[in-house]
Amino acid sequence: MNTPSPVATFQIEYVQYLDADGKPTRKDLPEFAQDGAQLVDLYQRMSFLRVFDAKAVALQRTGKLGTYASCLGHEAAHVGIGAAMRPEDVFCPMYREYGVQFYRGVKPRDVLMYWGGDERGSDFDGPQHDLPWCVPIATQCLHAAGAALAFKLRKEPRVAVSVVGDGGSSKTDFYGAINSAGAYALPYIGVIVNNQWAISVPRSAQTGALTLAQKGIAGGIDCIQADGNDIIAVVAVMQAAIAKARAGNGGCVVELVTYRLADHTTADDARRYREEDEVKSAWLREPLLRLRRYLESRQLWSEQLETDWKAQCGLEVDTEVNAYLETKPQPVEAMFDYLFAELPHDLREQRAQALRWENR
Amino acid sequence: MAQITLIEAVTQALAYEIRRDPSVIVLGEDVGVNGGVFRATAGLHALFGSDRILDTPLDETTIAGLAVGMAFQGMRPVAEAQFDGFIYPMIDHIACHATRMRNRTRGRVTCPMVLRAPWGGGIRAPEHHSEAPEAMFAHLPGLRVVIPSSPSRAYGLLLAAIRDPDPVIFFEPKRIYRQYKEEVPDDGEALPLDVCFVIRDGSDVTLVTWGAHVKESLEAADKLAAEGISVEVIDVATIKPLDFDTIHESVKKTGRCVIVHEAARTCGVGAEIAAQLAEKAMFDLLAPVERVTGYDVPMPLFRLEMKYLPSTEKIVAAARNTLRYR
Repeated sequence: MNTPSPVATFQIEYVQYLDADGKPTRKDLPEFAQDGAQLVDLYQRMSFLRVFDAKAVALQRTGKLGTYASCLGHEAAHVGIGAAMRPEDVFCPMYREYGVQFYRGVKPRDVLMYWGGDERGSDFDGPQHDLPWCVPIATQCLHAAGAALAFKLRKEPRVAVSVVGDGGSSKTDFYGAINSAGAYALPYIGVIVNNQWAISVPRSAQTGALTLAQKGIAGGIDCIQADGNDIIAVVAVMQAAIAKARAGNGGCVVELVTYRLADHTTADDARRYREEDEVKSAWLREPLLRLRRYLESRQLWSEQLETDWKAQCGLEVDTEVNAYLETKPQPVEAMFDYLFAELPHDLREQRAQALRWENR
Repeated sequence: MAQITLIEAVTQALAYEIRRDPSVIVLGEDVGVNGGVFRATAGLHALFGSDRILDTPLDETTIAGLAVGMAFQGMRPVAEAQFDGFIYPMIDHIACHATRMRNRTRGRVTCPMVLRAPWGGGIRAPEHHSEAPEAMFAHLPGLRVVIPSSPSRAYGLLLAAIRDPDPVIFFEPKRIYRQYKEEVPDDGEALPLDVCFVIRDGSDVTLVTWGAHVKESLEAADKLAAEGISVEVIDVATIKPLDFDTIHESVKKTGRCVIVHEAARTCGVGAEIAAQLAEKAMFDLLAPVERVTGYDVPMPLFRLEMKYLPSTEKIVAAARNTLRYR
């Protein structure tokens, strides 16, 4: 038998700039990270997100919010994606990417409205072409690929970005999206925020693949893995992937490796299926601490600034919470009035019936 | 003016809308150079090119998801499911997103798309090529479900479906794709998406049907006419929203109703029509409502398919049953 020879070889690269202690792991910091003000801004956004998230969980625990999906631990991944996108790009989230959305102009009160059981939360501020939260896993990947196909056909220099988790990267929709992105050379970035847990199923049980990033190879598009707790790495890989896609040179799978520090949602109890020690060690690698240490090493942040900023975040979040709590429920006919551009005749009867029950 | 078949009317409507509206895109498997396995998109790729007529990777989930994503960004995709039996993986995107996005976002994001599919049995095709899943779609809130039964209605209803600001499922009865030709002016005139069509006037029995079984229903009406029985035939055409008023008006006149559909009986669209007759037309009825439908079994392979499908004979027998009541 002839010795087989390789027909194609692949390599998956990993990007990290700051280690868990906030020490640079390489000297070539990207341009944006040399600007202290930009790094402080990113840190403040991550910090705000954490204050908001804790408040949302507290609201759920006190019966003032429905089930809520926490973003604790994902702050660098989420804020970093937001920082790399332009308003005209399209963002297709799963259901915990508030950090991306706040960057794009969605308000905390919109998030609270959604988890508080009110559709008006998805009629949010920010880019009107962005998609709302998507509960069925990974279906948003194909919607982002479809958006990217629309941009390509209309010759618009725009990029579509979707987020799934490690579990979501097992879905047919994810594979369909990266396959189409390769087949049509779409400006599509499929981000996998790999937080190690799909509710109770660990990353190791999702796939035999060594990395999740390498799934991009099957679609014939770029792929890269980055430390999802290092916001400098996140922004750097996202900026590069988005710039390449915007220039018409195809899409990318970006795997951001992080850890879900919270339960899956407030309806979950992760103590049932994962070891306390694992969570403890994950806290040592979490994203805020390392950036804070790095900022402090450059004299860009201090204990006093931290205290002041936290207080300001608390006030802003309270304003948003109050706005949410003060919003009255929609009238009963709202469940009919947005289903179609124009209400079909068969629904007029049911709408009238609902109103009759309401006005009894 | 040229006479055209039902499938040629589909092509004519697609071409008209592609010319009229730059946001209309046709996508699916083999819809490009090949012109579709049934030829629904024949010639369109040569006329409009790869930016308007897109072959897709061979994955129905992908076709549905891409179409939904394009529609969310203001395009008007007309996606093709190559066969009715391949549509099931697409339902996730239709049920969870296409039908809900306007409502979910309180009008901010909308989904003006059409999903077309050849529909129904009777062409001696392999398994999964002869299904009638209209009831599954009719059960989804937020969706219009349309099944034309003639070249001119295929043309007018498809124009309306593409122009509609919300998602529409458009099932094409493949058994009558080439059954006969008629004159269909290419005038861009759409038909309404919320009415039934009375296609034969009568006074003794109302036959309510859609799709390919309009043919057998009209044949049954002819046979019964020879016996002096006057049959009214209604082509439902738009399954959802259902124009019950037209059916009711007919039943007020005839007092008898036979519903004919090739889909399985239980929870078929006929059950909904019968329920509305019971709710709103009970005192207009002289006889129990009859249903002539497929059986509650999978569509058999083709040696038995004509025994599964409603036949002219079965429709005549059902109509005669209703005439036992005076």
